[in-house]
Amino acid sequence: MVSTGCVIKDPGNSKKNKTGSWRTFKPVLDKEKCIGCDKCVMFCPDAAINKDHDINYDYCKGCGICSAECPVKAIEMIKE
Amino acid sequence: MTKEVMTANKAVAEAARLVKPKVIPVFPITPQTSISEYLAQYVADGDIDAKYVKVESEHSAISAAVGASGAGVRVFTATSSQGLMLMHEIIFAAAGMRVPIVMANANRAISAPLSIWNDQQDSIAQRDAGWLQTYVEDAQDALDSTLMAYKISENDDVLLPSMVCLDGFILTHTVEPVDIPNQEDVNKFLPSYNPKHSFLDPKEPMTLGALADPGYYFEARHAIEIGMEKSIDVIKKTCKEFEEIFGRKYDLVENYKCDDAEIVLVAMGSVCSTIKAVIDELREEGEKIGLLKIRVYRPFPVDEINDAIKNCKKLSILDKNITFGIGGALYSDIKAKINKETYGFIIGLGGRDITPDTIKEVYEKTKNPEKDVTWVGLKKEDD
Amino acid sequence: MKLPEEELLSSGHRGCAGCGASIGVRLALKALGRNTVAISATGCLEVMTTPYPETSWEIPWIHVAFENAGAVASGVESALRIQGKDDVNVVAFGGDGGTVDIGLQSLSGAMERGHNLIYICYDNEAYMNTGIQRSGATPFGASTTTSPQGKNSFGEDQHKKDMPMIMAAHGIPYVATASISYPQDFMKKVKKAAEIDGPAYIHLNQPCTTGWGYDSSKTIELGKLAVETGAWILYEIENGEFNLTHNLRKRKPVTDYLGAQKRFKHLQDKEKEEIQKYIDAQCAKVGIE
Repeated sequence: MVSTGCVIKDPGNSKKNKTGSWRTFKPVLDKEKCIGCDKCVMFCPDAAINKDHDINYDYCKGCGICSAECPVKAIEMIKE
Repeated sequence: MTKEVMTANKAVAEAARLVKPKVIPVFPITPQTSISEYLAQYVADGDIDAKYVKVESEHSAISAAVGASGAGVRVFTATSSQGLMLMHEIIFAAAGMRVPIVMANANRAISAPLSIWNDQQDSIAQRDAGWLQTYVEDAQDALDSTLMAYKISENDDVLLPSMVCLDGFILTHTVEPVDIPNQEDVNKFLPSYNPKHSFLDPKEPMTLGALADPGYYFEARHAIEIGMEKSIDVIKKTCKEFEEIFGRKYDLVENYKCDDAEIVLVAMGSVCSTIKAVIDELREEGEKIGLLKIRVYRPFPVDEINDAIKNCKKLSILDKNITFGIGGALYSDIKAKINKETYGFIIGLGGRDITPDTIKEVYEKTKNPEKDVTWVGLKKEDD
Repeated sequence: MKLPEEELLSSGHRGCAGCGASIGVRLALKALGRNTVAISATGCLEVMTTPYPETSWEIPWIHVAFENAGAVASGVESALRIQGKDDVNVVAFGGDGGTVDIGLQSLSGAMERGHNLIYICYDNEAYMNTGIQRSGATPFGASTTTSPQGKNSFGEDQHKKDMPMIMAAHGIPYVATASISYPQDFMKKVKKAAEIDGPAYIHLNQPCTTGWGYDSSKTIELGKLAVETGAWILYEIENGEFNLTHNLRKRKPVTDYLGAQKRFKHLQDKEKEEIQKYIDAQCAKVGIE
């Protein structure tokens, strides 16, 4: 059954939708090279990179923005 | 309780004051205008503690109303005719989002040709939206129906918006004596609005107005139908509670001398007063005629109609609207739901006078029917 | 500004890989924080974040229709303020279609009435939700499905509607342009908009991988190119005072920007020159060389 007026009372529950399955290329971070500038965190459309720069592959769609914007080229896109 | 002589527009504004809405987004339009003016003055004078949102259109009036009601506060708005047409898309959204807005509609014809005069085409054209619709007969009915509309719409079994329809000019601009209930009685009748299903609060985040794919949409629309069906009992119960507190009796329909009538006229709104006077006159001449007033048009009170007309032979349905190619909307509804010899009459479009003779002509044409649907009051070719 | 960690637009939304709108909304919500109510016009953002029973919104959110985000926000704001909730941020998001075209009247009313709210137009320069039809914000020369290039057409034949200046003409306390590619500048402007008492309007340029035709990894790069070529100018107008917020010393030729996108691929030199001339004039108006 639907809720009254289709109101959704479970904020942020889209997390159960694992968009990682869309991915064809996978970003892999070389933590040795990382300078901690947070650009990848800031620009990720899917909030899939946390403050420790761990990439959450459950949600990463493989767009490649993090790799393109990394100033030290620490993120490589690898075909899945 | 105080008694005052006033228009139905003032009576509606008085009701709106008494229910203490928190947000009033309203845009003026003839013949609703004085409602928006009275409310602006009440807010300016501090008689209502509300935000009066001076919107730039009716579309924004209803949009702001949905936003405010969705946010969790009681809302009042009012419109008419072209304004209601402009609201059309959001009228459906309001019902779908289950926001219990109450809106008065001063019934007026629809352009083209442009007309400011009365008929009921405007609200009839919204009948499929999922709003409850009450057609009032006089100014007192306008006030009382507005009060009751909140209690009905805000009921957890209903949670659908309400439209209180009052005939333009005939009611909106005519003065009559009206009992104004006192605030304590209204407070007793209508508790404050504390919605559980929908509000906007950062402490308890909700998403309102989501999109639904074919896996959910069907059930969402069905839920509106269930709300509409359940509203029948809620309306009856509310009318009883209203009578206990305020002493005035209302129901979904009004049976006026139907029980022994051979022909029953069926109509909505202010024309019912004219019809009652004609019935009294014809009854003295021995005619077996009655009136079934449809006070609540949505939900459609099928059982109450059947009960009232069970003894009669024929029905004549008077519509101040036209569904082109079919006849009046009330006529087609009755044809669909009621098993009785039925004739339809289109009357009074765009303010064409409805006199006792109009009603007598309807009665005669029902006794000696020529066709299913007749327009009564048209000028002759050479007029 | 340190980037707040809290994600208020959660993962799992259905935006395209490389979606610029999601970046914009994520950043705006980081700047605003949890004590915020959001309103959305119908469009990409609404569709991709709220397919029932899922929502990506961690804060209260409401959508009613395409053309009425300004009016719905007015109702929400009025309801909150009358309850004494003066500290809650009210932010409305509309795409360029919902803002510069079908929602213009509703937005104009909201701005003119002085509601204390922020309206952010996420501008991807066409109706992307329905599959790349032109809007009043589509730039000259762009090929869209309703302004297609063809034997007798070079694509969109009108320049972009100057929406931020239309908003500024309302005399509201704060108007700004921004780009998702300049996140610090954008978030600073959102914070400022929240602190100001009264209506604020931010027009956010937001490249769209699907509609503009570039590789999904280049969303930020395209946003930068728009600014570096002067095709998108970053400024703010605070209480009537105009200030550029990005120091553009040497503009890149617009061909750098046009050449990176499929929607402009068909353009001949004649049209490219006209675009360059138009940008030169726009920049000259605000004192950019």
